[in-house]
Amino acid sequence: MDFEAVDFWGLDAELSEEEIQIRNAVRAMVDREVLPIIGKCFEEGHFPMHVIPVVAEMGLLGANLHGYGCPGIGEVAYGLVMQELERGDSGIRSFVSVQGSLAMYPIYTFGSDEQRQKWLPGMAKGEIIGCFGLTEPDFGSNPAGMRTYAVKASDRWVITGNKMWITNGNIAQVAVIWAGTEDGFRGFIVPTDTPGFRARLVEHKFSLRASVTSELILDNVEVPLDAVLPGVVGLKGALACLSAARYGISWGVVGSAMAVYDEALRYAKERVQFSKPIAGYQLVQEKLVEMLTEISKAQLVNLRMGRMKERGLLRPHHISFAKRNNVAMARRTAQLGREILGANGIMYDYQVGRHLCNIETVYTYEGTHDIHTLVLGKEITKIAAFE
Amino acid sequence: MKILVTAKRVTDPNAKIKLKSDKSGIQTDGLEYKPNPFCENAIEEALRLNETHGGEVVVVSIGPSDVQATIRTALAMGAHRGILVTGLDDHQMDSDLVARVFAELYKRERPDLFLLGKQAIDGDSNQVGQLLAEYLEIGQACFASKVEIHGSEAIVTREVDGGLEKIAVGMPAVITADLRLNEPRYASLPGIVKARKKSIDEIDIRSLGIDTHLKVETVAYEEPKTRGGGVTFVGGVDELVGKLKSEAKAI
Ligand SMILES: Cc1cc2nc3c(=O)[nH]c(=O)nc-3n(C[C@H](O)[C@H](O)[C@H](O)COP(=O)(O)OP(=O)(O)OC[C@H]3O[C@@H](n4cnc5c(N)ncnc54)[C@H](O)[C@@H]3O)c2cc1C
Repeated sequence: MDFEAVDFWGLDAELSEEEIQIRNAVRAMVDREVLPIIGKCFEEGHFPMHVIPVVAEMGLLGANLHGYGCPGIGEVAYGLVMQELERGDSGIRSFVSVQGSLAMYPIYTFGSDEQRQKWLPGMAKGEIIGCFGLTEPDFGSNPAGMRTYAVKASDRWVITGNKMWITNGNIAQVAVIWAGTEDGFRGFIVPTDTPGFRARLVEHKFSLRASVTSELILDNVEVPLDAVLPGVVGLKGALACLSAARYGISWGVVGSAMAVYDEALRYAKERVQFSKPIAGYQLVQEKLVEMLTEISKAQLVNLRMGRMKERGLLRPHHISFAKRNNVAMARRTAQLGREILGANGIMYDYQVGRHLCNIETVYTYEGTHDIHTLVLGKEITKIAAFE
Repeated sequence: MKILVTAKRVTDPNAKIKLKSDKSGIQTDGLEYKPNPFCENAIEEALRLNETHGGEVVVVSIGPSDVQATIRTALAMGAHRGILVTGLDDHQMDSDLVARVFAELYKRERPDLFLLGKQAIDGDSNQVGQLLAEYLEIGQACFASKVEIHGSEAIVTREVDGGLEKIAVGMPAVITADLRLNEPRYASLPGIVKARKKSIDEIDIRSLGIDTHLKVETVAYEEPKTRGGGVTFVGGVDELVGKLKSEAKAI
């Protein structure tokens, strides 16, 4: 049975024919390439590597970047791509987010022309996989405390430190590593086969199981002087990447929620208990209405956010609003959907349980829900409550 | 090599179809359309042949202006340009008229191959390819599961009852695609962006100078009978046979 998307407010009418085409193409790909295998991947805890050439061929890696083999699509179209990917699985969307927004984007935005020429075309083709190392074992919400440090010698940089929870770490050929230097925080392009660089797989996760998560160990890793991203000094470089990725996450989780809602609604109409389908009981209807309402509101936020981004009006606190609101919505939706499916809701044969587990990661990474609350609180009151 | 290939839109097979109250047709308001899957196979094959043999792939369709979206999808997959014959609504056509429109386009474009889906999954008529070849008096190979070009001939493996049949048809020829012919590619983002700049010519049906009266008259549409509830059967064989005779009237 084909997936039916939520469009209560007829938002398709606000999309261009091209945006709809892009969305539908990714939707069809997810139906064929992701959904048939993703339950098993999640259960076995591996990332479906065969999806990489497919998404690369479609131009989904760095899709909103221009040139260097990237198609340069609009921001709403890009958001729709993320939405459709996460309708499949948060792990697939995370792969594409990290490659595009966290690895390609900093090279594109802060890199030299040589760095862009060297890395971006291969990354767009999916031949070079990237990862993004900001978080450390002891510094998550507060990356400014990071201990990873790069010392400049006459002809090279020497980087030492540990990065934790790094998506794509073990499958990456290149890592964008953020480290302190004499002049402040800098980003470095580090090939993962550089001596002293090691990636250790993080196992035993119950969330984002169809995604590679790693610890990166950098032990006196030597890279040439031109490995540093010249365009930015300070944490704002890393934060700009996070803004780009959070934008995609805000769209992505609506896909997750729509998958859950679609499955829960179908199930509720078919599952008969006592004398009629459970969809006919008020308590179940309330859950369905709650899901539909919150998904629709998140869609409205996304569309407005996307159009603002296209016009250059978007500010980081807007993205904090969307990330915070939409992920919490998807988390609640996953819970409600799982309730509706009863015992079947805990099985891999259905999607709700997988989305329920995945969203726990999405709730935490890229700025936890609470951290975005504090960002918005600061925006309103002009008083920072982080410390 | 120049190829004409069809892109028909069909109602989403999973959508719930409702009939108009006078049973003259289906309610089309808010109906979602998809490209006919067999046309997608034909388009994919046209693109693959084009990749090996060069030339041009021209996508053709008939219907109101919004059928451009269906053509645009084929352009996004890699076809070069499109032709849309307008002035007819989806329900103002039968297989014969469609074949005559395509015959006219053939005469204008003079392709080496005319590729179509073996049938559209809405009407399931399975007639257009055959009629078209007949009107054009050229060879046909329907239900293709493999197509190879050797010189001026197309070697086509056909899916026939009970097996496969391999035939050679001289070009120009009409070939209709079966499901196993290939796995259609996804439209890529660069393809979709490029498709925006590709041309789709709209031709009014009246300018084709063909007779548009239909050979098939649709009398009425009926919904399928809703299935009755199942019967729980508890007794022995005799009771079952009795029920099959008296209630189900199956034997
Ligand atoms: C599967 C997965 C993939 C990831 N991928 C990447 C990646 O690719 N690259 C990368 O760099 N990182 C990645 N991360 C790391 C992620 O961004 C961090 O986990 C996140 O920033 C939170 O940090 P933490 O886990 O150390 O939690 P902490 O910062 O220790 O937070 C713990 C709790 O304390 C709360 N808290 C912290 N500070 C405050 C405060 N001031 N006021 C109120 N509450 C506070 C938080 O909201 C949270 O609830 C990934 C994480 C996961 C789980």
